[in-house]
Amino acid sequence: MSFPWANEYKPKHPAMVWLDEKLPLPRFVYNAVGAGYPVPRNLNYMWNFGVLAGFCLVIQIVTGIVLAMHYAANTEVAFSSTEHIMRDVNWGWMLRYAHANGASAFFVVVYAHIFRGFYFGSYKAPREMIWLLGVVIFLLMMATAFMGYVLPWGQMSFWGAQVITGLFSAIPLVGDGLHQWLLGGFAPDNAALNRFFSLHFLLPFVILGVVILHIWALHIPGSSNPTGVEVKSESDTVPFHPYYTAKDGFGLAVFLFLYCAMLFFFPNALGHPDNYIPANPMQTPAHIVPEWYFWPFYAILRAFTADLTIPFTHIVLVPAKLLGVLAMFSAILVWFALPWLDTSPVRSGHYRPRFRKIYWALVIDVVVLGYCGGSPAEEPFVMISQIAAAYYFLHFFIILPLVSMTETPQPLPFSITESVLGKDEAATLAPAE
Amino acid sequence: MTQTEVAEVMEPGGAQGVRRRDFIEVAAVSAAGVGALAVLVPLISQMAPSADVLAESSTEVDISAIAAGQAIKAVFRKQPVFVRHLTPVEISEADKVPLSELRDPQTLEERTKPGKKEWLITMGVCTHLGCVPLGTGQGEPKGEYGGYFCPCHGSQYDTAARIRKGPAPKNLVVPDYVFSSPTVVKIG
Repeated sequence: MSFPWANEYKPKHPAMVWLDEKLPLPRFVYNAVGAGYPVPRNLNYMWNFGVLAGFCLVIQIVTGIVLAMHYAANTEVAFSSTEHIMRDVNWGWMLRYAHANGASAFFVVVYAHIFRGFYFGSYKAPREMIWLLGVVIFLLMMATAFMGYVLPWGQMSFWGAQVITGLFSAIPLVGDGLHQWLLGGFAPDNAALNRFFSLHFLLPFVILGVVILHIWALHIPGSSNPTGVEVKSESDTVPFHPYYTAKDGFGLAVFLFLYCAMLFFFPNALGHPDNYIPANPMQTPAHIVPEWYFWPFYAILRAFTADLTIPFTHIVLVPAKLLGVLAMFSAILVWFALPWLDTSPVRSGHYRPRFRKIYWALVIDVVVLGYCGGSPAEEPFVMISQIAAAYYFLHFFIILPLVSMTETPQPLPFSITESVLGKDEAATLAPAE
Repeated sequence: MTQTEVAEVMEPGGAQGVRRRDFIEVAAVSAAGVGALAVLVPLISQMAPSADVLAESSTEVDISAIAAGQAIKAVFRKQPVFVRHLTPVEISEADKVPLSELRDPQTLEERTKPGKKEWLITMGVCTHLGCVPLGTGQGEPKGEYGGYFCPCHGSQYDTAARIRKGPAPKNLVVPDYVFSSPTVVKIG
């Protein structure tokens, strides 16, 4: 679906006319990201991150495929084949650094994209499906990133695999069996490394598939915008091309500038020196942490240090380990419920004064969780992450629904055009709805 | 012909009863479903530990050189095993803890072999998420309870390697082992 005033694809060259009749692929592209897709005229730079995320996925797939041509997924040689890439393969160092920092860049961009969605209420009707698919993409990204980090078979790779697969052993009854099934053994070893490589190669293409669904679902209602007011007339939109190809192109240039600065000047800034030590199943690194993009969730996992017991007895209802694992997964799964937890009819945080406050409180809370997740498991970080984890769930389950029900939003503009120009002549002439 | 007449011609007996076509449909879909499920069996079970991983392995450890108060790390199934020679102080500390205070109540006696209470042999795998706790090597932190300390998430074990504090749910696992001679332990 598109708006009735969308430009129509009109091939001029006879070859393109012929192709359009047989397989209208250029028409599809024209309507998806070309002049045939009308987009609100008031999108700000926060709307760049979707395209940037897509670009990151391309970086990861391209660099990943060429790295796989030089890497060997066997515990005997995995570490040395990674060093072989770094030292011997032509441009291997650059490709591997591009891939490793590309993962971080992908998460930076996706977190910006997600928090854009939080602020502007992008998850609200009629765009719930876009949001749900986005959460699925995020979960797939986390799984892919985790398995990719295991492949170099350094100390952090090994112990990351041990800890993360260990999460599944917390599940009652079937946990230990599931843990061994996932690893193909009692601890991470060749079987685990091989299957992680296989899945790490597969999942990006699954992500690509879900991204296509995500964009498909987006094109049904069309893009949201900073006012949250739906498109009413042609004056509210501009064609995606050339307006947003240009704006996204500028954003892409800025992104590439920062990404290349990381890649060429600080390639190991976000890595861990311990991962340049070959995996040793006998020795856990003193300070074991996941990559930065998992820190907030890792802090929630570690916040649960005591069992849930029946008060004044020693009867354990839920052991601490299971509590931590459940909380960590719930921290993301709660996003699936977001379109129904926030019941305010106003989408954009611009017009929701109380919501704006709790939004920034959540941002600070997640940053605090991230900081604690990257710190050692000792006081005061344990207590701070307990408070921050409690606030995180309080935000989604209590504060956000209450604010949605009680706040008085500020008046919305009549239309996107009015918000941009200060008046909307077409609208004043048009009969009242 | 009206519609019902057409139906009568196509399917004698009309809408009543089970049609021959219904039976064929259910049978075909069931056969395909059973076939698809059967294919899942090898696809899923290939991921379980393979025969060589499962093959029973055992490790012999010479404990004659371990003085009281010392501990070593041995290897069993590619995982660390802690062999610890407890001092009388450590034994009495472990014994005086009331069972009601323990998350996973077990006495030191239950966790060692009869008459060999000073030899504490456990897997060196934290029961939280599988890190190797510290406390075997000289100078490594032993935690608040004098046993083992897991640096990953802060689990603390006492001198009987029982969980006392932190997120781990269970005591360090005691593997199957026998004293094949007074100075040699066979694990597994």
